Amino acid sequence: MLENYFPVFVFILIGIAFGIAPIVIGLLVAPHRPDSEKLSPYECGFEAFEDARMKFDVRYYLIAIIFILFDLEVAFLLPWATIFKEIVQTESVKWFGFAEMLVFIAILVVGYVYAWAKGALDWE
Amino acid sequence: MMIDMLQQLLQGFFGPVYPLVWTVLKIVLIIVPLLLGVAYLTFWERKVIGWMQVRIGPNRVGPWGLIQPIADGVKLMMKEIVIPTGSDKGVFLIAPMFAFAPALAAWAVIPFNDTLVLANVNASLLYIMAITSIGVYGIILSGWASNSKYAFLGGMRSAAQMISYEVAMGLALVVVLMVSNSLNLGDIVKSQGQGMFAARGLGFLSWNWLPLLPMFAVYLISIVAETNRAPFDMAEGESEIVGFHVEYSGMAFAVFFLAEYANMILVSSLTALLFLGGWLSPVGFLPDSMFWLFAKITAVLFFFLWIRATFPRYRYDQIMRLGWKVFIPLCLIWLVVVGCWMMSPWNIWK
Repeated sequence: MLENYFPVFVFILIGIAFGIAPIVIGLLVAPHRPDSEKLSPYECGFEAFEDARMKFDVRYYLIAIIFILFDLEVAFLLPWATIFKEIVQTESVKWFGFAEMLVFIAILVVGYVYAWAKGALDWE
Repeated sequence: MMIDMLQQLLQGFFGPVYPLVWTVLKIVLIIVPLLLGVAYLTFWERKVIGWMQVRIGPNRVGPWGLIQPIADGVKLMMKEIVIPTGSDKGVFLIAPMFAFAPALAAWAVIPFNDTLVLANVNASLLYIMAITSIGVYGIILSGWASNSKYAFLGGMRSAAQMISYEVAMGLALVVVLMVSNSLNLGDIVKSQGQGMFAARGLGFLSWNWLPLLPMFAVYLISIVAETNRAPFDMAEGESEIVGFHVEYSGMAFAVFFLAEYANMILVSSLTALLFLGGWLSPVGFLPDSMFWLFAKITAVLFFFLWIRATFPRYRYDQIMRLGWKVFIPLCLIWLVVVGCWMMSPWNIWK
């Protein structure tokens, strides 16, 4: 069971190696001639002013929060969806299994409608 | 026969570390064609878009320009990697890895036909959803570590776009799972080989794309947004807008570039597996084979290039509206519709 995941683990390590190796090669092979103008942050030719870690629009934060909620909800739907075919074929839990998830989705839709009405999904 | 002999030879030679060596060998057999595919996808893209714009595309390096991607690679390798002052150097150099590694590692569970798969794990779709969502870290980390306003804003923009479409994509996959009864990609493909059309030799009408057509459309558009490709290329819109990798140069940039194309190939193969019947043959009189899978992946990749050459770029607020206000309600409605369909006597997924 768990040893099935061994190739996956090895593949992740190799993937990381393939992500790092080109940069190491680049650092070794390519020329390295820094000067202060070259190393200054890109601001379309203007002198850089202020720190780049500045205040940013709160909407990004809001989107991230809503994303977490919806992604969690997808995570809860996954196990149900995976066995839904079996639920349908089992007469005893058929309607219960279906109605249960309808209630779950209904609660989610209430939250979604609220977020929409509050303008959390707007981006003008 | 040959493979058995090779296995025995390696087993005798490496002894206890043999399973590791054998696994690495198989991984190399997946990664090398994949990287070649990535290199030639960039070439193919320039050619196709050239033809669509009545140009000839790259044609100078080698016959028909075929050596172009290798020349590009060598050029990028010889370019200096500029690490800006004030940047977070460690994070700056590690961020491209976060973009590229998941695009490769996801291939561990992709089945090529009903027996050929590196790791036949029973939660392979879950693994792919988990590992591909790591890609967004590469974007947000590079935007943050560059210490440049453009890179920072670009990182925020792309990250917000990617996570928005991840929700729609996830919901579309939930609907696929409802009719497949498995998280295993191989089983999902096999379940598409059944149905009344497949029984009459018209397999391509039994694949998921037709009964789940709205979800197929949502998925197809979401993967374009998810890989930051035109017309949703807010990450880096060529002449208009710079994005999270504006401070990257040389090989550090090349890794982001490779990641984008590797991700394109990955999501195209997922589309082929989840909606287009994977390695199944479209018609009854032709045998199922890996060839069909590659043909379908190529077709979806061509679709990527085609829409890039066709559609004008979306505005950012339009992208976000499409993701949150169109796709999510559509997915939820279709989820309930498919649920009702499967509960009804007209259920076609027995």
